[in-house]
Amino acid sequence: MTRTAMSLVWLVPLLPLLGFVLNGTLALVRPTAKTAVSVIGVGAVVAAFGVAVAVVRALAVGHAAEPVVFTYWSWMPVGSLQVNAALQVDPLSAVMLLVVTGVGSLIHLFSVGYMREDDGYARYFAYLNLFVFFMLTLVLGASFPVMFVGWEGVGLCSYLLIGFWFTEQINADAGKKAFIVNRVGDFGFLVAMFLIFQHAGSLNFTDVFAKARSLFPLGSAAVTAITLFLFLGCTGKSAQIPLYTWLPDAMQGPTPVSALIHAATMVTAGVYLVARCNLLFALAPVSSAVVAGVGALTALFAATIALKQWDIKRVLAYSTISQLGYMFLGVGTGGGATVAGIFHLATHAFFKALLFLGSGSVIYAIHHAYHATHSHEDAQDMRNMGGLKAHLPWTWVLMWIATLAIAGVPPLSGFFSKDEILSAAFARGGVERIWYLFWGMGLAAASLTAFYMTRLMLYTFHGPNRTGERERPLLREAPWVMTGPLVALGVLSAVGGVLNLPALLGGSSRLERWLAPVTEAGAALLPAHAVASGTEWTLIGIAVAVALAGIAGALRMLRPADLLPAQRAPAETGFARVLWKKWYGDEIYDALIVRPIMWLSREVLWKIVDVRLVDGAGVNGAAAVSRALGWVGSRLQTGELGFYVVLFVAGVLFVLHVAVR
Amino acid sequence: MYAHWVLTALLVWPLVAAAVIWIAPERAAKHLALAASLVEFALSLPLWWIFVPAAGMQLVQTFAWIPGWGISYKVGVDGISLFLVLLTTFLVPLSVLGSYSYITKRERSFYALLLVLTTGMIGVFVALDLFFFYVMWEVMLIPMYFIIGVWGGENRLYAAIKFFIYTMLGSLLMLVAILGLYFAVGARTGTYSFDYTHVLGNLGDLGPAAWWFFGAFFLAFAIKVPMFPFHTWLPDAHVEAPTAGSVILAGILLKMGTYGFLRFALPFFPTVALHPTVTTAIVTLSLIGIIYGGLVAMVQPDFKKLIAYSSVAHLGFVMLGIWALTLQSVQGALLVMINHGISTGALFFLVGMLYERRHSRLVAAFGGIAKVVPLLAATLTVVSLSAIGLPGTNGFVGEFLVLLGVFQTHPVAATIATGGVIVAAMYLLGALQRVIYNPLDKHENESLLDLTPRELAVLIPLLAGIVWIGVYPKPILERMEPAARQFIQSVQPGAA
Repeated sequence: MTRTAMSLVWLVPLLPLLGFVLNGTLALVRPTAKTAVSVIGVGAVVAAFGVAVAVVRALAVGHAAEPVVFTYWSWMPVGSLQVNAALQVDPLSAVMLLVVTGVGSLIHLFSVGYMREDDGYARYFAYLNLFVFFMLTLVLGASFPVMFVGWEGVGLCSYLLIGFWFTEQINADAGKKAFIVNRVGDFGFLVAMFLIFQHAGSLNFTDVFAKARSLFPLGSAAVTAITLFLFLGCTGKSAQIPLYTWLPDAMQGPTPVSALIHAATMVTAGVYLVARCNLLFALAPVSSAVVAGVGALTALFAATIALKQWDIKRVLAYSTISQLGYMFLGVGTGGGATVAGIFHLATHAFFKALLFLGSGSVIYAIHHAYHATHSHEDAQDMRNMGGLKAHLPWTWVLMWIATLAIAGVPPLSGFFSKDEILSAAFARGGVERIWYLFWGMGLAAASLTAFYMTRLMLYTFHGPNRTGERERPLLREAPWVMTGPLVALGVLSAVGGVLNLPALLGGSSRLERWLAPVTEAGAALLPAHAVASGTEWTLIGIAVAVALAGIAGALRMLRPADLLPAQRAPAETGFARVLWKKWYGDEIYDALIVRPIMWLSREVLWKIVDVRLVDGAGVNGAAAVSRALGWVGSRLQTGELGFYVVLFVAGVLFVLHVAVR
Repeated sequence: MYAHWVLTALLVWPLVAAAVIWIAPERAAKHLALAASLVEFALSLPLWWIFVPAAGMQLVQTFAWIPGWGISYKVGVDGISLFLVLLTTFLVPLSVLGSYSYITKRERSFYALLLVLTTGMIGVFVALDLFFFYVMWEVMLIPMYFIIGVWGGENRLYAAIKFFIYTMLGSLLMLVAILGLYFAVGARTGTYSFDYTHVLGNLGDLGPAAWWFFGAFFLAFAIKVPMFPFHTWLPDAHVEAPTAGSVILAGILLKMGTYGFLRFALPFFPTVALHPTVTTAIVTLSLIGIIYGGLVAMVQPDFKKLIAYSSVAHLGFVMLGIWALTLQSVQGALLVMINHGISTGALFFLVGMLYERRHSRLVAAFGGIAKVVPLLAATLTVVSLSAIGLPGTNGFVGEFLVLLGVFQTHPVAATIATGGVIVAAMYLLGALQRVIYNPLDKHENESLLDLTPRELAVLIPLLAGIVWIGVYPKPILERMEPAARQFIQSVQPGAA
């Protein structure tokens, strides 16, 4: 019976795929049929959620120790390489399944309101459905290549949706940048797959993980290389240093897309990948430290940038990068912290989706006001906001819940997940000192998080309103189809912590027990590291104090009343300018990588090597040489027999020399 | 009956049709050509089912031609040539249909030449007699020369002559090598014959001469592939050729180079081909092709030239896959050959369709046209994604198998080649953006027509191929596998 319910798992990705096909057809032949598009688009994902719940329930009842693999057809069978189109249901894919279809359903619903007036409505839902299909393929794939189908597929949808309003070059540029930067990461994923196949002779998760411990001695070069290449893939998809630069630009897409793809689901794929391969990472301590270190560094680095952004979505984008850093700190620390990383992935999906959709509500309100007055002010600049709590009370309350959650204020969800990550990092510091440093960086980032989120709330909702005299009366809450999903996410953000309430706080670590079949083999390899419950309480105290300090600092230091609208605001100076300019990351990459490659390709490879050397000197030169030889040949035809005989003998000698040698 | 005659019928039928078209009324030419090429395709289709993968070379038919010189007409297919034959009969009707509005002058000659070209191409792939192979190689050269030179763009004569001289240079050297082999084997065995099996079976140790023979074959095939630095005829030929010419050139003619390596150069001279210096040289040139071809493609203002350089990159994957000699890499290389025919063929069709609308091939002439021609834009997107190897499309399966296979024997080369996937995204997405996205800022583009039913009929079979091979390549892979194994065996006994 349970197996029957579970065997419906193919429906979960298939329904959104069907939605894509139908909506894609509508987009081409009848783009105005918006009602049909909504029903198909939202219905497909909600139905997928329904099936996913049934599948996960069946899994919970079945207590399968091993992943349940469903094979549909043989995809790439070549000699010893046997890759099947197969899906895998296990505790980890189950968590992802629920997050993706659950949060996905809410965001699809929100989109019905947000995108209603857009000409590309059908195309939008087609892409969004396609995204869900690929995301589900990513989390359900039973092998690296099938996962990679989803991995690049979500990148494609991200590309299409970032550049959704493609007639603005900045949007199309941002989409392309996302795709190309992700491809750099995908390069790592591919090389990792080749290495895995070389060593394990298979690319199926179950085969590789079953053999891993006998194949790879702890800390061996092979498994270290594999995991580092995998992690390169993660830094692309999950926007970590050094491949983070595409995500802030990705905010050019519609805001629900930012919520779904660039906060709740796609960007967490890297975290999922590390968690999926936690056994391999546990076998490679160096790689684990790299993952945790890059995560901690990214968490801190992105948080500093978020301090000085004015675009509300950019703040959230850097915040996302930063929070993804925490997740990597978690899965990089390994063992129980792998669960904490996934836990934070889930809670972050709730509160960050809420923050993005909330910002969407805000932008929607301001955009409509500006639209009505034909103003060309920036609807996303916080300097044009302020005092919105009077106009959008629901959004205000809900976004505060999310803000406190992300800041790590108990008892909201983010507190539990972030605290578990930090505690685990601290605990591992007991055996490997460097983790103390990671813990410290995470802690510092936590206080910055609290600070910049409070800043966002203050500037957006509090103080006087700076939108404009004529626009102010027009500001109002979005329709219920948009606010409804916010409420649902607000509830999840508030109580999401119960998913994995630790024993220390009277819970039963439900998520940890649920994921144990996935993580225990890797956890067994790690050096024992645990902290006494007294220390644990101290750590919790420190984390909470740091979060509160961040909030209090923002409340004390920032004066929303002194802020000027964007048009009249003074330019940033000094260090604030460095942060506002994102530490000049884009400029540095542009100068060091993008422009040199373009210059090399155009000015050297094409215009000199290809046109002048190969084609010019080589080919046309050969033509000149042959003309010259022709002239020599004509001179040789002297008509004197003796000369011919000499030539003939020389030729024969040459041929003999070649043949006999 | 069918099995016995099918290959010969595939060779003769286009010639008959060409003769009929030559004397038919001008107006009927394209319809007749379409009908004839569809018949050709229908004739070839049962091959898919009657082909027995494990049976090696099959459907062999032999007639003595010039017995005194050991020349015979001998044809057959195996798992390597089967798909190239089918790709040819598949692409030709599409090329005819795609030329309906593009070719407006001397239609009879054009379509007749296209059909003669078909015979030449199929002949190259099925020939099992070296002399017959050489004849077919030349047969296909001449129609293509005219197709470029008569129906091409402004600079067509330069391009046609360049194409001709390049290919001629290679093929003359190849002729010398074929004759050399003929005499060498004849002297050794006493039987002077151009028969492929005879020559292959009695080559023995050629000593240093093998290096010269290999060199001659190498040049002939490397020009055709084209490998860096023998590639500069390709951008010119592609840019100037009419759409159908570009499609056939990229889809089929380039494959003759890689096919030549698979059928002749490697099995004949394995010790030379696998000599470390040669291997290193080939691998290096292939890598240069992949990276350099991609980077140069990226900065081309002309869309057709961009695709031409991307072909250099794609064929670099094929060469790499062939030389790596693993089952995955060789089958991957065979698949990339097919995929390149489908995807690059489709790209050339689309660029041709854009050209017919705007009379410009420049990327900069467009911009924002997804708003005006959504169907064309969607198709161009899908085809571009397949060309950059997005999983789920044909391009991924081929490149993945090549890279995975190459990695097993040449890990460093495979890693560098994998970097090519980044470059591919850079050049194609860049062009895609500048054509279909960005502001719709040119007045002429505001009234473009979307794809017509005829154009859809050209593109849909290609799109179907892209998805089919991307999702379910197994029927193709399993038909190739024995031939790929045999190829590896013949070059490197004991492997695979």
